[in-house]
Amino acid sequence: MISLTGLLGQLFAIALALMLAPLLTGWVNQCRAWLQNRSAPPLLQPYYMLHKLFHKDVVLAEGASSLFRAAPFIVFGCMVLACAIIPSLSTDLPFAPAADALALVGVFGLARIFIALAAMDIGTAFGSLGGRREMLVGFLAEPALLMVIFTMAMIAQSTSLATIVETLAHREMIIYPSIAFAGIAFTFVSFAENARVPVDNPATHLELTMIHEAMILEYSGRHLALIEWAASLKLYAYSCLGLALFFPWGIAERDNFLAMSAALPLLFVKLTIGGMLLALLETINAKVRIFRVPEFLGTAFLLAVLGLLVRLLLETRV
Amino acid sequence: MMPLLAIDLLLLAAGLWAVIGLAGLLASRQPRLIARVLFPLGALVGLGVGLIGLTALGANTQTAVLAIGLPDLPFHLRLDNLAAIFILLLGFVSAGISIYAAGYFRDGEGPSPGLLNLEYHLFLASMLMVLLADDAYAFMVAWETMALSSFFLVTTNHRHEEIRQAGYLYLLIAHIGAIAILLSFGVMTSGSGDYSFAGMRAQALSPFWGSVAFLLALFGFGAKAGLLPVHVWLPEAHPAAPSPVSALMSGVMLKTAIYGLLRVSFDLVGMTLWWWGVVALAVGLATALFGVLYATVQSDMKRLLAYSSIENIGLLAVGIGLALLFHSYQMEALAALALTAVFYHCLAHAGFKSLLFLCTGSVLHATSHRSLGKLGGLIGPMPWVAWLALAGVIAGAGLPPLSGFVSEWLLLQAFLFSPGLPHSWLNMVVPVAAAAVALVAALAGFALVKFYGIIFLGQMRDPGLKEAHDAGPLEKLGLLWLAALTLLLGVLPGTLILRLDAATRQLLGKGLAERIAENGWWMLAPISPAQASYEPMIFLAIIAATLLLGRWLVHRLYHGRVRRTPAWDCGYHFQGPRAQDTAEGFSQPIRRIFEPMFRMTRHFPTIRDRAPTYSVKVEDHLWYWLYLPIARLVNALSTLITRLQGGRIAAYLMYSFVTLILLLLVARP
Repeated sequence: MISLTGLLGQLFAIALALMLAPLLTGWVNQCRAWLQNRSAPPLLQPYYMLHKLFHKDVVLAEGASSLFRAAPFIVFGCMVLACAIIPSLSTDLPFAPAADALALVGVFGLARIFIALAAMDIGTAFGSLGGRREMLVGFLAEPALLMVIFTMAMIAQSTSLATIVETLAHREMIIYPSIAFAGIAFTFVSFAENARVPVDNPATHLELTMIHEAMILEYSGRHLALIEWAASLKLYAYSCLGLALFFPWGIAERDNFLAMSAALPLLFVKLTIGGMLLALLETINAKVRIFRVPEFLGTAFLLAVLGLLVRLLLETRV
Repeated sequence: MMPLLAIDLLLLAAGLWAVIGLAGLLASRQPRLIARVLFPLGALVGLGVGLIGLTALGANTQTAVLAIGLPDLPFHLRLDNLAAIFILLLGFVSAGISIYAAGYFRDGEGPSPGLLNLEYHLFLASMLMVLLADDAYAFMVAWETMALSSFFLVTTNHRHEEIRQAGYLYLLIAHIGAIAILLSFGVMTSGSGDYSFAGMRAQALSPFWGSVAFLLALFGFGAKAGLLPVHVWLPEAHPAAPSPVSALMSGVMLKTAIYGLLRVSFDLVGMTLWWWGVVALAVGLATALFGVLYATVQSDMKRLLAYSSIENIGLLAVGIGLALLFHSYQMEALAALALTAVFYHCLAHAGFKSLLFLCTGSVLHATSHRSLGKLGGLIGPMPWVAWLALAGVIAGAGLPPLSGFVSEWLLLQAFLFSPGLPHSWLNMVVPVAAAAVALVAALAGFALVKFYGIIFLGQMRDPGLKEAHDAGPLEKLGLLWLAALTLLLGVLPGTLILRLDAATRQLLGKGLAERIAENGWWMLAPISPAQASYEPMIFLAIIAATLLLGRWLVHRLYHGRVRRTPAWDCGYHFQGPRAQDTAEGFSQPIRRIFEPMFRMTRHFPTIRDRAPTYSVKVEDHLWYWLYLPIARLVNALSTLITRLQGGRIAAYLMYSFVTLILLLLVARP
């Protein structure tokens, strides 16, 4: 049932995600620095960071429990799973039936719960603040993401990501209004979920505005490395998900190496452009107050629901 | 000799539970005997009941007639697939709770252990009889026994004023609900005088009377289940009861109400109107949103769980509403999907909510605190309870790979494939409902992270918590059993749904079995693998493999060194437990965003306060909008009536005389 080439393709997709994710983060940081007229860090900086962190001793707070030590590994595992089931090069992924688009939202939810709990584990002021805010962002972003997925799933009559990609790639080049709404909502959600500027600032520290950084303040050494790597993987997964949902052209459909080798450079190009756009959007936006975040994400939720309604009201059934 | 049928065995089990209860009365001087022998025996019976329920799924319907009852109305009993699901739930979940209770109930607490044992086992037996009853009379007798035995269990610690009040409220609403159920049965007999369920099935009701019966049943069973607006007893009674009793009430008793609603609306009424589905859907959504929002702002751990039960009951009502809606348009495949989600969520919720309630019991015993403001950091002294509670939290938040996710996934799938309903506006309402369900699920995650994080993580908020001890061996066994159920329900959905399918088929004539059986046991694909699939085993395997491989590689390639130091916290070194979020602090964003939903009384400190205090009290709007006006009305009416009661015999004779004259005037032949 599972072909060898399919399995190899699957393992390659995972390995590619693991390798490429820090590069994507580095690329976004570089673009941001250029746009903000700063001198950019090296493109490979995230890899140096990971290497350094893995070498360092873990400095564990005295009150840390077993959950605190297990959480980075669990979060990392969740993100690897997410990258394994999102079609980036090919839709023929043997692991993909393990989780459809709804379960994918569940994977992100599982990772979020563990990181929020780990943040509360030491019992510092910043930790519980970060955990609380992360759950705040989470409960607003998760339904919005689900609604985006619902819209796409209704168009494709399926929640399986592979089927969605194949259906969308084969339709005519018409801009459905529902897809436009869903696309905007998805952009909003991915900014929030990846701790990007209007919601959170990945470069900030020691500020009362931080969310993600507040949660991982107590982590160090290999634990921190895994969390940073997982964060890169999450950005990569969201980028691939966005590309798969809204720009599905070029993703190989069968497990032939020719299609896949054509898909690889295309993915590179797409991610490069995507990273630049992300940096641009981050630069032209200002970070909002934490209590404006519900408005931001509420807008995303409403847009996603609107997309769904537009789909049902205006667009004839395909 | 006749072979023993499953239904006879179940009757035997109910009898055994009653005998165990009575045996405790005889031995009420020996609490150790009750705890170490009778409760484990009860658990064993529960296990048997669960196994019988499991084997009865898919088997033929069995009936029996008990000689007790009214002279011309003996008890009719019937074991069919619908009952079997709930019997299986009752058996397996109560087995875990009973074994936990064996370790939990100790001497010197509350009333005599013999009495407690009697009430507890009568409660179990009456729930079994509710599920077996096949006529309105037997059903109501069992239903009332269930209500009364649970009332006495709730008021176990009756010396506290608020517990007595909670018990009173529970009894009151339970009886208002019982009246509605009785009336519903009465409507369904439609004057034929045949109170057996078979007789009700045979009646053809007009749409009007059918709707009356359905709405009465929705109200009556809703009062037991905790649907809006008759939910108020739940957050009072659950915290008042001892934890195993809360677990039993929330995990199992609420499901008997769901069973009753399913029995009436899919089996007895014999028709389905589309707007019933919309009503159930709307009530369910309102209940779910209300429950989860109030759960997030609670500061008492058992109250938080009680509100979360309200939320889950709301989700169940949403599923029932969806199934009714599809069923009314003969879209049986989708109805089967929604109904399977309901069954699965019943089982899942019974498992994880009992688990969480029992965990609060262990915390309560270890610390004697129920308020979240006094807890914290218990994962240190109580690792077993903490890690097992985490399973409940993940399942309760509806996250993969545990049980809560499967039912949520099925429910969302049912929503997703709903377009195609004949009314175009229904087509639009349904996705909006799906959005609300998604919001509820995400908020449940918030509430449970708060529950877990504040109780088990962080620094201890009270210095006495250091002496906390982990659960005893029997308690651990009960918790482990329930956690195992949660895991099993999470990773083997395909296999289990194949078994549950018999009940779906019984109610709708169509199930999911063929399409699920086409794929392997590891895969859940209710429609087709190209449309939607979920393989929790592979899901879990990938995460576990990454976790172990990652850990091994990191340790192998680098090192596993660890140093312990004080926490960093951005260099701030006054790190007392009061620097952490309190329970109120954690839910502050919710209170702020959903401010109109709560009735809040807040007191803020001012600059000039010598001893600044901050307090916030969150109350239920409905209490003020609905219950207090009704209570005032009842009070006013009763003062009016007391005017008649002047205490003078002449006046009373006058009343009788006037009544007589009136009757003679009105009731002329």
